[in-house]
Amino acid sequence: MTTVDLTSVSRWYGNVVAVNDVSMTLAPGVTGLLGPNGAGKTTVLHMMAGFLAPSKGTVTVDGAPAWRNPSLYRHLGLVSEREAVHTFLTAWEFVLASAKLHRLPDPASAARRALELVEMTDAQDRRIGTYSKGMRQRTRVAAALVHDPQVLLLDEPFNGLDPRQRMHMMTLLHDLGAAGRTILFSSHILEEVEQVSGTVQVIVAGRLAASGDYRSIRRLMTNRPHVFAVQSSDDRRLAVALMGQASVTGVEIDPGTGLTVRAGDYGSFTRALPRIALGEGIRLRRLIPSDESLESVFEYLLEA
Amino acid sequence: MVYNPTIASITARGLFGRRRVLVLLPLPLLLVGLALLMRANDVPARDWGQPLLVGLGLAVLLPITALIVGTGVLGSEIDDGTVVHILTKPLSRAEILLSKYVVAVGVTVVTAAVPLFVAGYLASGVRLGLGLVAGAALGALAYSALFLLLSLLTSRPVLLGLVYVLVWEGLLGTWVSGTRVFSVEQYVITVTDRLAPTDLLTPNVSLTSSLIMAAIITAGAGVLAVNRLRSLSVAGETS
Repeated sequence: MTTVDLTSVSRWYGNVVAVNDVSMTLAPGVTGLLGPNGAGKTTVLHMMAGFLAPSKGTVTVDGAPAWRNPSLYRHLGLVSEREAVHTFLTAWEFVLASAKLHRLPDPASAARRALELVEMTDAQDRRIGTYSKGMRQRTRVAAALVHDPQVLLLDEPFNGLDPRQRMHMMTLLHDLGAAGRTILFSSHILEEVEQVSGTVQVIVAGRLAASGDYRSIRRLMTNRPHVFAVQSSDDRRLAVALMGQASVTGVEIDPGTGLTVRAGDYGSFTRALPRIALGEGIRLRRLIPSDESLESVFEYLLEA
Repeated sequence: MVYNPTIASITARGLFGRRRVLVLLPLPLLLVGLALLMRANDVPARDWGQPLLVGLGLAVLLPITALIVGTGVLGSEIDDGTVVHILTKPLSRAEILLSKYVVAVGVTVVTAAVPLFVAGYLASGVRLGLGLVAGAALGALAYSALFLLLSLLTSRPVLLGLVYVLVWEGLLGTWVSGTRVFSVEQYVITVTDRLAPTDLLTPNVSLTSSLIMAAIITAGAGVLAVNRLRSLSVAGETS
């Protein structure tokens, strides 16, 4: 069993604090590192991978410091966000070279297994320079997995993948986690995290905003009112009808822009609205969820 | 600390895969071409030997080749981020650097020594040609260590390397004699002249100082570079 521990970790660049007093423990299984762009996810990942020294605090993998410790990579794999690959190599050469650099007893079969795992066997003899973004991504994952590491860190691994590849990558991470590996992947997309991992660490503006089971964090998010902008053929009559709904917690009328509706529950409100409009004979012209941006969700979490 | 053939082969393929490697061609061609031209027109060697062999060959061709190659084997990988693939392996940082250093020295020696041999042979014969080859090899050892270190210290290794070669060794070396003790070019001249004495080369530094200084520069740069690579921070792109 391998754990990654961050204890009161801060990292600053000059006057800018990128990561502020973060403590977390990653246990075997899949953990999602969620946060808006620029929140400090990459900095956290790079400190775990031994590519950055924490300015304060300690980062350890199974008790050993991550910084200035190359033997760490015997048990750890990293897929960075930056899409840097040796474009002049084929996927086979690239993954085989990784296996050799790990001094594996049978590099060829390890490379074959890793390429099969990411479904790159068919294209393995073409130069990486000719690959699509998704293929490069999978090749890099194969190289990071070739030594069967206990810990795998992935920075935005779903970027650039088409839906089928995304599904496949999610299954792969899920299976690795189920097999007892410690997997951490970062993402700024809520739904990705929801589908792969039960455990999340939410990081906002360099701070750990929430941590733990996804469902309880999600509940925190669904408990807050959702705000919708609505325009219809008769705003005032619609407002009266909406106030009768249990899911609606408030309605404002602005003669210029229409209604601003606050709903406690996203699902029941969006299901009820067309029914009400139909029953009242009102024509809906516009329905826009006005606070659905990810940042507002994070802000809400940060306040909670 | 061992040499790692996998790293060396990826490094070499990376070096020759970049268009930058073409920059290595004009200087050797120019040196050989000019030497041939002098010989074909029966210009006496004492008139062209010094400016061509030292002025172009040892002062420009050798250090510039070492600079392009030395920064190419590591600096470009740090620039484009591919260095991460090698750094995430359980290898001693000394092993990584040594493997890259071997490639840098090898490519520099081949690129610089062949034209220097031809030009030296045309100027005075096989002995000077071979002397220049040996001198170039010594120069490649010191320059490559120096420029590998520069790739780790700054994000503009080529610029700083040019300043060293052109300003320190070129300008100051000519006018301020004290700087010559810290000039790889001078060590190369001394060693070449000792192996193949001619009146074409004028050594300014003693052989002992040259050998000791070259060894100190090479070893010192190597130790610093390994230490620097151990603490190489790889920052994220977005945050």
